Amino acid sequence: MGGLQKKKFERGAATNYITRNSARKKLQLSLPDFRRLCILKGVYPHEPKHKKKVNKGSTAPRTFYLLKDIRFLLHEPVVHKFREYKIFVRKLKRAYGKTEWSAVERLKENKPTYKLDHIVKERYPTFIDALRDIDDALCMCFLFSTFARTGKCHVQTIQLCRRLTVEWMNYVITSRALRKVFLSIKGIYYQAEVMGQLITWLVPYQFSHDHPTDVDYRVMATFTELYTTLLGFINFKLYHSLNLVYPPKVHVTMETLSSFLHGCKLFNKLSITGVKLSALSGSLARVVSTEEEEEAKLDQFPAEGEDVEKMEAREKEQKQLEAQKKLFDGLKIFLNREVPRESLAFIIRCFGGQVSWDKSVSIGSTFDVTDETITHQIVDRPNFDKQYINRYYVQPQWVYDCVNAKILLPVEDYFLGVTLPPHLSPFVEEKEGDYVPPEKLRIMALQRGEKPAQEQEEEDDEEEEEDEEEEEGGDDEVDEEEKAEEKNLKKMEEQKSQGKSLQVKVTPGKVRAENPARLEQEEKAEEKRLAIMMMKKKEKYLYDKIMFGKKRKVREANKLAAKRKAHDDAEKTKKKKARK
Amino acid sequence: MKKKEKTDKKRSLQEEEEEQQLFSLNDKPFKEDEDDDDLSDSVDSVYSGLEDSGSDSEEEEDKDEEEGSDEDDDENDSAADDDDKNDESNKNAEDQSQKKTVKKSKKKEETEEKDVKKENEYEHDSSDEEDIRNTVGNIPMEWYKDFPHIGYDLDGRKIFKPIRNKDELDEFLDKMENPEYWRTVHDKKTASDIVLSDEQIELVNRLQKGQFGDVHFNEHEPMVEFFSNEVMIHPVTNRPADKRSFIPSLIEKEKVSKLVHAIKMGWIKPRRVEDDSKGRFYDLWASEDSSILAKHRMHLPAPKIPLPGHEESYNPPPEYLFTDEEKALWEQQDPSDRKLPFIPNKYSSLRQVPAFSRFIHERFERCLDLYLCPRQRKMRVNVNPEDLIPKLPKPKDLQPFPTTQSLVYRGHSSLVRSISVSPSGQWLASGSDDCSVRLWEVCSSRCMKTIQVGGAVKSVAWNPNPSLCLLAVAVESTVLILSPALADKLVISSSEKFLTGQQEEGPSDGADPVVWSETEGEELNQGIRLKIKHPKVVHQVTWHAKGDYLASVMPEHSSHLQVFIHQVSKRRSQNPFRKSKGLVQCVSFHPIRPYFFVATQRCVRIYNLVKQEMTKKLQANSKWISSIAVHPGGDHVICGSYDCRMSWFDLDLSTKPYKMLRHHKKAVRGVAYHRGYPLFASASDDGSVIVCHGTVYNDLLQNPLIVPVKVLRGHVITHDLGVLDVIFHPTQPWVFSSGADATIRLFT
Repeated sequence: MGGLQKKKFERGAATNYITRNSARKKLQLSLPDFRRLCILKGVYPHEPKHKKKVNKGSTAPRTFYLLKDIRFLLHEPVVHKFREYKIFVRKLKRAYGKTEWSAVERLKENKPTYKLDHIVKERYPTFIDALRDIDDALCMCFLFSTFARTGKCHVQTIQLCRRLTVEWMNYVITSRALRKVFLSIKGIYYQAEVMGQLITWLVPYQFSHDHPTDVDYRVMATFTELYTTLLGFINFKLYHSLNLVYPPKVHVTMETLSSFLHGCKLFNKLSITGVKLSALSGSLARVVSTEEEEEAKLDQFPAEGEDVEKMEAREKEQKQLEAQKKLFDGLKIFLNREVPRESLAFIIRCFGGQVSWDKSVSIGSTFDVTDETITHQIVDRPNFDKQYINRYYVQPQWVYDCVNAKILLPVEDYFLGVTLPPHLSPFVEEKEGDYVPPEKLRIMALQRGEKPAQEQEEEDDEEEEEDEEEEEGGDDEVDEEEKAEEKNLKKMEEQKSQGKSLQVKVTPGKVRAENPARLEQEEKAEEKRLAIMMMKKKEKYLYDKIMFGKKRKVREANKLAAKRKAHDDAEKTKKKKARK
Repeated sequence: MKKKEKTDKKRSLQEEEEEQQLFSLNDKPFKEDEDDDDLSDSVDSVYSGLEDSGSDSEEEEDKDEEEGSDEDDDENDSAADDDDKNDESNKNAEDQSQKKTVKKSKKKEETEEKDVKKENEYEHDSSDEEDIRNTVGNIPMEWYKDFPHIGYDLDGRKIFKPIRNKDELDEFLDKMENPEYWRTVHDKKTASDIVLSDEQIELVNRLQKGQFGDVHFNEHEPMVEFFSNEVMIHPVTNRPADKRSFIPSLIEKEKVSKLVHAIKMGWIKPRRVEDDSKGRFYDLWASEDSSILAKHRMHLPAPKIPLPGHEESYNPPPEYLFTDEEKALWEQQDPSDRKLPFIPNKYSSLRQVPAFSRFIHERFERCLDLYLCPRQRKMRVNVNPEDLIPKLPKPKDLQPFPTTQSLVYRGHSSLVRSISVSPSGQWLASGSDDCSVRLWEVCSSRCMKTIQVGGAVKSVAWNPNPSLCLLAVAVESTVLILSPALADKLVISSSEKFLTGQQEEGPSDGADPVVWSETEGEELNQGIRLKIKHPKVVHQVTWHAKGDYLASVMPEHSSHLQVFIHQVSKRRSQNPFRKSKGLVQCVSFHPIRPYFFVATQRCVRIYNLVKQEMTKKLQANSKWISSIAVHPGGDHVICGSYDCRMSWFDLDLSTKPYKMLRHHKKAVRGVAYHRGYPLFASASDDGSVIVCHGTVYNDLLQNPLIVPVKVLRGHVITHDLGVLDVIFHPTQPWVFSSGADATIRLFT
């Protein structure tokens, strides 16, 4: 055969990968620039299948990029911009050093900038792709929008993040896309369904951050740069899909305008619309002024057999969804000043409720505390002196729990000063065999429309316990009988084995009813055991692993259940003591 | 400026006058007076700054000039002749004369004349006012105190002191008497007293008050905006433009050419047009083309952040909170080992929830994961574990096989090493470590006979020939042939005959390592007929299917005397192997053909006894073979090994095991095939006997079907030993097992 023989690492996997350092050299970029490029272009290391082969026989830990990816980066226009920027910085330094202020001015005017539009388009060729990947973008933008102007990042970035997140929230309100919310110790999780994609994001609680020192804010800023671009385009598309004007405008009535203007004096840095938007209380201007939304009804298709069932299920789901969207319809909710206004206003408006707050808290309040038609007031303090009779005073968790349960939960559990029921995560979907906390069961019962009778239940519980004890007693008797018999037999056997002559005596045998079902079960179990013996080594390993995982799950569920039981018992005894 | 000019003019005038006086030189006192007057005048004119006087003097001057033009010429000549003492004055005079000539020529053009005058003024540079009365300069006047004069005037003549100096008394008298005393000033330079005039005193007063010297000067005059924003029709100065304003500048030319060059070379770019499209959003996905999609085939999207569970709630159910131990454990663990990255916490209301301190950290870590974490597509094994279990035929369909323990044979007091069933299936022989061989009736579990052999029994083997009733027993280094007399009389007699029938004494007695001997007395009564003395401890005995040949095993390293084959009818022994091939564990005869199986530690060798050569070597893939059994068809072999495995060999296929069976948890001690049914069993130290169904098809293309059908338990594990031997009943699907708990059990 012609040609030179290839050497060991000149073909195959070794040629498909490139280490980070050599990639950097190939691109002629500094490490921070390379990092930025990777972030912007979404190039990530790949773990090769055979690391040693790729690493040319060495086992040193290295990160590998696909050579194709790096080649793809070679032709990126942003790379040239990076180089231009590097040159710009060098020139600027030189001009400063020579104190040529006119040159400094001129250079600063010509500072190179770059746009990320094409990168967004390239990374997300379709809109749905972009929507799928928006979780991190939202989390990041919400975080950055809460930053103070401490120099950790540009003020413009913070303002842009704030603007984009407010726009996003307004979109979610208008499209009523919110599905789940969760108050965690980290922050508030929201989940919305936009164009069939479930999007989850996390918003920190409104506190100032103490910025950690071991975090590289440059990396975060680069990500934010990309994410703001992405989110802007997504917002644009989403607003247009709803026939809304982008950048958004708020419908303003004359009476609210004055309050807006009052607010604008406070926030004169942001534009008026920005402030109005962030109030989350106005409806958005539409391109085509059609106020009534056409309800998308499911088309009826002639279906047969299984399809009918599926169709029915789907219809039912759709109905449920519609009902959920109108969860707070007709409710007038007033927020006290100590509750997180933005979050609650966002949620309540997402589900069709009317919401307002004290004028001095923020602009955009639509009605006053004294309004007689208010149905609920959200309060988060132990007691409240001046109460109106015709409204409920509830704690904020009520709103979140209602959203997750998809029904209006009874307000009694959420009154002021009442110990709140646990707040459950709506993201957990219990499968068979998993541990389900009793609160969840209760909510599920409520969803089915059953009335919970708590006190009765408690009594029942006590009775049941007694019953159980009795039953156990019965079991014990049976056991004792068996034990006695066995003892007899053992004695006889012992005597036999010791070679003593038995007192030959024939006792009538007892007929033992065999449980056919149990027998069958045992047989099955035996069969299974035997079959497992015949498994191949590889499959056996896998099987053992799976079974181990299953067992662990069961163990954990049992542990949780036991813990709960212990807790409940402790509570009960406490209660009893209190009663006595 | 103007003032200065005027003073200059004045001075020049005076000088001229003086010059004239010089020429006349007639009366000194007069001259002195004049000087004084002049001085006062000049002082006056200097400080009053009156323009009128200035203009007057100019006119006068002009007139003078006109009048004395002729004379001047003469004067010049004479002056040059007379004294050249003062060059300056001369020059001045000359200049003056020149001026005059110029003035004469341009008399009528007044404007031009003024210009020229100005030029003149520039030339008289007289910034410091020289004292013109005394020329000694700025020196202490004490230097002249011994001289009669006090200095020299402009003409070089001495200025004399007054004849009598005023003393104190004079001074005092003067003060008392002279009403002008207060306005008299002593001039040191000329040593004369000067009486100030009224105007001069007023001037001094004004200056002392800090006012302008000139009475008439209006200090609050409205300011005339000279350089204002309004464009005047006339130029501010009437100076003609410079030449440089008409020719292109060289420096500028250089600068421009530099810029031009820089632009040409592309170093300087035009100011960028303000691009505001950066923050502007538009419909990016207006035209979705699928061409880019190909690039994304290799793309692995980053996994999403796992959604929070109940334990992350601000108010979780109580069971999710950590107990103290769990909390301690969590704190001890390395952050990477923790199951949860945080401690669940419960707050009674929303307002008490603090900020999460690691929020930014977590975000940052996510960022790092997104761009630094290597991604690999891992196929998630999403198998139903039930699917992994092989589908086997149901054991029910594979009946018959032993399922329950039906009889226990008790009687031995120590572990039962070996058992054997008579070919008829009626009797069971067992050899135990309590130095006895027991014979049992199978159906009743009764011990028919106990034979004390005086040593631990390693192995018993019933002669497979149904027409004989003989039992071979391995006790220490001897093999005993027993005639248990448990059969028809016909069979007993035939076996007796077989033992005693042909006796041939071997030719070489002394060299033979094996010694045959007949027994007598007590032993004979017990049924022991023959003793075959071996050089070493015998571990196993086994019969050939015909019942004439007997093989015994004495495992020992590096010895070629490990296996003997005895022919009982001829009482002959032979050692088939010349060389040791390893530690022999057990041997077996082929049931049909003249083959001999020898199992060493790792492999099984098959020898052709007729051709006297090795035909096959089976690799058992195990560490230490413990037992071997040959299928009654002769094409399959199973090996049990001490490393828990059982290997099934198909002799037609390969020398590697067709199947490795890892059914047991502990060492496999014995294996056995059923003679009629497709069953085989294995006994192990874990106390269980596993019965498997192993169908061997006549069709050579079909592989044997091996299905475990029953796990039989019953033996008690004593001293880490469980079941030691296993054997099938020759006709029934029953299995016997002997254990370390000194029992034998029958499973039916």
